[in-house]
Amino acid sequence: MGCAALRLLFFLLIVKPFLLLAVGINVRRRDRLPQRGPALIVANHNSHLDALVLMAMLPLRVLPRVRPAASAEYFLRGRWRSWFATQVIGIIPVATGGGGSRADVLESVRDALAMGDIVIFFPEGTRGEPECLGKLKTGIVWLVEQLPETPVHPVRLSGLGKVLPKGHCVPVPFFCDAWVGETLCWRGDRSGFMAALAASLAPPEPQAAAVS
Amino acid sequence: MFVMPFSPLTAVLGGVWALLLLATAVVWRLEPSSTVQGELRSRVRSWWLIVALCSLALTFSRTTALLFFALVSFLALKEYLTLIPTRRTDRWVLFWAYLSIPVQYFWIHIEWYGMFIIFIPVYLFLLLPVVMVLSGETQGHLRAAGSLHWGLMSMVFGLSHLAYLLVLPQAQYPHVTGAGLALFLLLLTELNDVAQYCWGKGLGKRKISPTVSPNKTVEGFVGGVVTTVLLSVLLAPWLTPFSTVDALWVGALIAVAGFFGDLSLSALKRDLSIKDSGNLLPGHGGILDRVDSLTYTAPLFFHFIRYFYF
Repeated sequence: MGCAALRLLFFLLIVKPFLLLAVGINVRRRDRLPQRGPALIVANHNSHLDALVLMAMLPLRVLPRVRPAASAEYFLRGRWRSWFATQVIGIIPVATGGGGSRADVLESVRDALAMGDIVIFFPEGTRGEPECLGKLKTGIVWLVEQLPETPVHPVRLSGLGKVLPKGHCVPVPFFCDAWVGETLCWRGDRSGFMAALAASLAPPEPQAAAVS
Repeated sequence: MFVMPFSPLTAVLGGVWALLLLATAVVWRLEPSSTVQGELRSRVRSWWLIVALCSLALTFSRTTALLFFALVSFLALKEYLTLIPTRRTDRWVLFWAYLSIPVQYFWIHIEWYGMFIIFIPVYLFLLLPVVMVLSGETQGHLRAAGSLHWGLMSMVFGLSHLAYLLVLPQAQYPHVTGAGLALFLLLLTELNDVAQYCWGKGLGKRKISPTVSPNKTVEGFVGGVVTTVLLSVLLAPWLTPFSTVDALWVGALIAVAGFFGDLSLSALKRDLSIKDSGNLLPGHGGILDRVDSLTYTAPLFFHFIRYFYF
């Protein structure tokens, strides 16, 4: 579980003020977010800030039970990074690169859900091009097949890939948006589920609006 | 002069709170089914927030007022840069552009007028394209350099004139304070917007600029100018050193400049095919929808008063 107090302080003193002042996240339909686990929050992935933003959107009291699934190859590299990722943020390390079977790779995520945690999951697998949804991996289907009662909350994030894109370490302020979509439930239909998920994470078609 | 129990600034702020209470009462008594009522309610709610923050910033100390206006510049620039298309190679350029805000307000804090007035129009104008050139990207250079400079001139340089009013030397006019001048400008600019809206809703017939902003009418514009000139004459003796004749001119200047500041942002939004600039202030849209007029009125008012009075 890690240092719950440290995580609370990190979010209260650093993440939340930073997101409020330097970024400015406009959350639509916050009411659709889960209030307790087990639950899966799935989102498109463009920035290291994505997981922090999703964690900060949830009420502080559930924070100790929120765990982002993250690449073991990346986040367990180096003693400090590894300590910070596992102890302060509380990631579930997932071995994305190796050739292990799906059960080997995602077992720890399933176990966290089984224990009642809220898991943040990025089905694209890695950070992609900003404002453009990459191909969704099917690991998410395996997870919901294993635990079919788990509600899936899709959140579409926009703008964070401009604030802190892949390969950069200095954030540049922009306003960002987060749309919480309708909660999805597993009904045994693999392609239907993936299509619904992709639809709620894909950026909307640009459309002209009337100007006042 | 009789002795007043409050400073003129406090008295005028009290008047603003009273006006807002009145507006709240009126809007909450409107026909609940009418479509405008919902938007007006959230607009009035946002006004409460704006008035509370401005009152605190202006009455507490000069430093809090400067910090508050710097924050407004930051939010406005951030909203502008979020709206316009930016190139990915310009990350560092935008980073330096944001850093110009604390620097510009620092010049105001140390009252270095010469640097305040050239820092953005000269130094940043020359420096930021250099940073762009160093990245090696030439595709879209003119558009990126031009649109960034427009944003800095409006949101940082333009708005910071409001803050420079706070540090104008006041020895010649004992009853005038910098905060009072800033309040005078803020109040007239925003009430001019409200007055143009109300006159336009009530009597508006002839569209004044159908392609840029179809809701604006000749009647709204004229009504706004008359209202603002009257308010200016009424408030000038409390907050400013203006003679009655000058108060007339200043009222007209603010009304006309505010109108064009508003239109200028409307043209930008129309160019980008968006309705509201953001959603920081429910009912108003974004912060740009609220400060658009100020980006025009603040520099013009500042130079009027500096040329004729300080």
